[in-house]
Amino acid sequence: MNFSEVANTGLFFNLAPLLVFLPLIGMLINMIFGGKMSEKAIGTVASLASGSAFVVALLLAYSLSAVHGQAYTVPFAEWIHIGELQLDWTFRVDTLSAVMMLVVSGVGTLIHIYAIGYMHEDVRFKDDLRRFRRFFVFLNLFIAMMMILVSGDSYLMLFVGWEGVGLCSFLLIGFWYDFDTLGQKSTANAEAGKKAFIANRIGDFGFLLAIFTTFWHFGSLQFDEVFAQAGHQPATVITAITLFMLIGVTGKSAQVPLYVWLPDAMAGPTPVSALIHAATMVTAGVYLVVRSAPLYSAVPGAQYIVAMIGAVTALFAATIAVGQYDIKKVLAYSTISQLGFMVAAVGMGAYVAGIFHLATHAFFKALLFLSAGSIILGMERGHHHLAHGHDEEVFDPGDMRNMGNLRKQMPVTFWLYMAGTLALAGIFPFAGFWSKDEILLDAKLHAEHFPGVYALLSIAAFLTAFYMGRQIWMVFFGKERTDVAKHAKESPPVMTVPLMVLAALAVLGGALNLPFEGFHNLGHWLGYTLGEVEGLALDLGVAGISTILALVAIGISWLIYGRNPLKEGQPDPLKKPLGFLFTGMENKWFVDEGYKAVIITPFEKLAKFLSITLDWNFWHDWFHNSVIFAGFQSFARFLSDPVDMGIINAIADGLASLTQRSSEGLRRIQNGFVRSYALSVLLGVVAILGYLLFK
Amino acid sequence: MVPVTYYVALSAVLFIIGAMGVLVRRNALIIFMSVELMLNAANLAFVAFASVNNILDGQIFVFFIIAVAAAEVAVGLALIVAIFRTKKSIDVDQINMLKG
Amino acid sequence: MMTIDLILFLILAVVAIATALGMLVSRNAVYSALFLVLNFATVAVFYLLLGAPFIALTQVTVYAGAIMVLFLFVIMLLGTDELPERKVLNWQKPMAIFLALVLMAEGVYLIFIQKSASGLINNAPGADFGSPQAIGDMLFNKYLLPFEVTSILLLVAMVGAIVLTGNMKGGQS
Repeated sequence: MNFSEVANTGLFFNLAPLLVFLPLIGMLINMIFGGKMSEKAIGTVASLASGSAFVVALLLAYSLSAVHGQAYTVPFAEWIHIGELQLDWTFRVDTLSAVMMLVVSGVGTLIHIYAIGYMHEDVRFKDDLRRFRRFFVFLNLFIAMMMILVSGDSYLMLFVGWEGVGLCSFLLIGFWYDFDTLGQKSTANAEAGKKAFIANRIGDFGFLLAIFTTFWHFGSLQFDEVFAQAGHQPATVITAITLFMLIGVTGKSAQVPLYVWLPDAMAGPTPVSALIHAATMVTAGVYLVVRSAPLYSAVPGAQYIVAMIGAVTALFAATIAVGQYDIKKVLAYSTISQLGFMVAAVGMGAYVAGIFHLATHAFFKALLFLSAGSIILGMERGHHHLAHGHDEEVFDPGDMRNMGNLRKQMPVTFWLYMAGTLALAGIFPFAGFWSKDEILLDAKLHAEHFPGVYALLSIAAFLTAFYMGRQIWMVFFGKERTDVAKHAKESPPVMTVPLMVLAALAVLGGALNLPFEGFHNLGHWLGYTLGEVEGLALDLGVAGISTILALVAIGISWLIYGRNPLKEGQPDPLKKPLGFLFTGMENKWFVDEGYKAVIITPFEKLAKFLSITLDWNFWHDWFHNSVIFAGFQSFARFLSDPVDMGIINAIADGLASLTQRSSEGLRRIQNGFVRSYALSVLLGVVAILGYLLFK
Repeated sequence: MVPVTYYVALSAVLFIIGAMGVLVRRNALIIFMSVELMLNAANLAFVAFASVNNILDGQIFVFFIIAVAAAEVAVGLALIVAIFRTKKSIDVDQINMLKG
Repeated sequence: MMTIDLILFLILAVVAIATALGMLVSRNAVYSALFLVLNFATVAVFYLLLGAPFIALTQVTVYAGAIMVLFLFVIMLLGTDELPERKVLNWQKPMAIFLALVLMAEGVYLIFIQKSASGLINNAPGADFGSPQAIGDMLFNKYLLPFEVTSILLLVAMVGAIVLTGNMKGGQS
């Protein structure tokens, strides 16, 4: 049998568990033997583990196309069987999960390779070489968990992966748990990890409620069984499930109002930001909505809420991104904004557009993040070069105000970054143009059902181009604003080559789903799973408007930041004309402060009140001491004196003396005289005979 | 022609006399003889019923009872001799070591 | 109407009861034993009347012969002294007599009023009824196992008697 024949039989589908176990094997190798392995070996093992998962994903995708997209399930293990509750670990391979597998393992592998170079330097700057291995262990674990998430056949397995990636996110955000983002000793990174975990926890709570509700009403958590019943359940139930699920989505995919953890998550090493907090994990929410498409499609009300949350998030985060100085923070808010695009798309039922944007975004945002990491490392190199022999002063290598004219020092990174920027800004013919346009087009076509979404997204797209232009001008053009920027150094090939691959994808990724007849590859592909939809044709109006908006935005950014480059120490030129608006953007609209004032501080006060007043003073001092302790004491005294001594002891004593007295009497019978025993026997005989005779 | 009732009554009288002997006499040997008398009374009833019902099994039972009585007497008398050796008496009222 | 059988029965019954009472009241153990021999002999005659010649002869040889000789031997061995008066169990005798009377009353009620046993003794049983041949036939066929068990019992009794009376360890007396 040759290769394609094997693919036709579907045998390759049985390889699906390898998606999870190959990264796990890599993780175990590094965990057990990593201590004696060189950095190169560790990185190679981890990259191979991820890369082999990518190969498996390719095989699965190939097999899927061979069987015309027929979904395939691979039962792997029985997990919990209790009565009606039957939970198995089953892998599901269909066109949707295959896309996710490819994105996760493909982008993941590139980031693994990049991370070999990045972490090599990072652990040296922070002076803790042992964490190199730990990083790759976590990274492989993440890939495995993400695979569980996307390959699960039921909401429960999805949730297992969902929690697993949350854990990895927590571990990797707080990777330098004893530092802050400036490299100073602090608990800031650990707190960022905690924040991410708690915000996600709130979302997970919603997701769990959705799962419980689903099981309660549908009697199953298996996707096909749930979706088959979607039409027969009351709309209120499905609305509840979808909205609970939306809470989970806002947590995991960083939507309003739970997005606040994502900017802080930039505390993690940059490859983590790229892999987890841009390309893969945060898209899990989008995947969840697409996966639950039959449920969402049944309740337009919930769909509108999803779409509006996405659109509002897209705009809101874009405004904040305009006011940020940290290169990664800008990208973080940009990610939130782009995730908003995706959520809005899937909310409107434009699942193909959402997944399309998910994929292209994974390419160009990973590219941007990794390039930003390259820039930051370049700055660090310059900083160390300058500080050689001196006491190192506090320096923020990620602050764009410290950069300028890096085009000269880091030409490769510059061009890569440009590719990512143009893709993100949605310039023709980069990948972002096609995917974003498809979302905007869908928003326009569905405007009567989802009013406002199109406008919000268009403004967000405009702002996207603007803040990316601002970033480019500030980072790569103008004059070096610090000595460090003058001495920044380009990154080695191990970092730049994966970037080039990503850049190629960012440029060409649009080919996945071009809006021309016969080129709706992704739409057709996903149609096997989600139901065939008619591919959209290019709408020149929408495309033109968005392109013009993007170009205008870049032009404005040039006027403000490019024509007159920022001087050293000069405040942002937008500050004056926008006034308090810019202050708001700069300070993230004080959302964190608002949460602190509205939720966290009252919560802490409540906790303090509960702990000091209620628990200690009332509960412990008064209730425990006065009520329970004293009450117990007097009750015990009552039990011991009158009850125990007076009644129980008396009964026992009485029993004893009664026994004694009766035995005194009885022992007379036991007199040892055999004749009297015989008399007793005769008495018995007479009595029994008498009874038998006269009964 | 004697009604079997008469034999049974005679058997009962002999049995009661034997029981009386066990109860009122203190001499271990006489008590023992009374026990033999009671056995004999039972044997008489057996033979009488065997005869009236024309079934031979009753006589076989008597045969076994006589054999068992022989064994019993052999052991019992040995016991009495053994007791006499230690107590120098065959008064059963003196043997009350099991008194409670 | 009094038949010969009945007359014979009554005479023998009187003798049997008298000898039994004699055994009961004799102060001397030897007298008691002799009264009992007489009683056993009387009972043996009853057995003959009841058509059990084999049992009757067994009664004479085993009971009146072997067992009672053993008794007499032991009495001779241990002495025939009257037992000294003792003050214990004074209430035993009246109580025993009372109970015996009650038992007697119950017996009378059972036998003569309820008539639980009925039928006449067959004066002329079958020729071989109770003959040694019939008994032996039954003993070695139907009752073979009990017969063997009895033999073991006798062996055990013999061993027991020797162990109890002999002084195997060469101790005192």
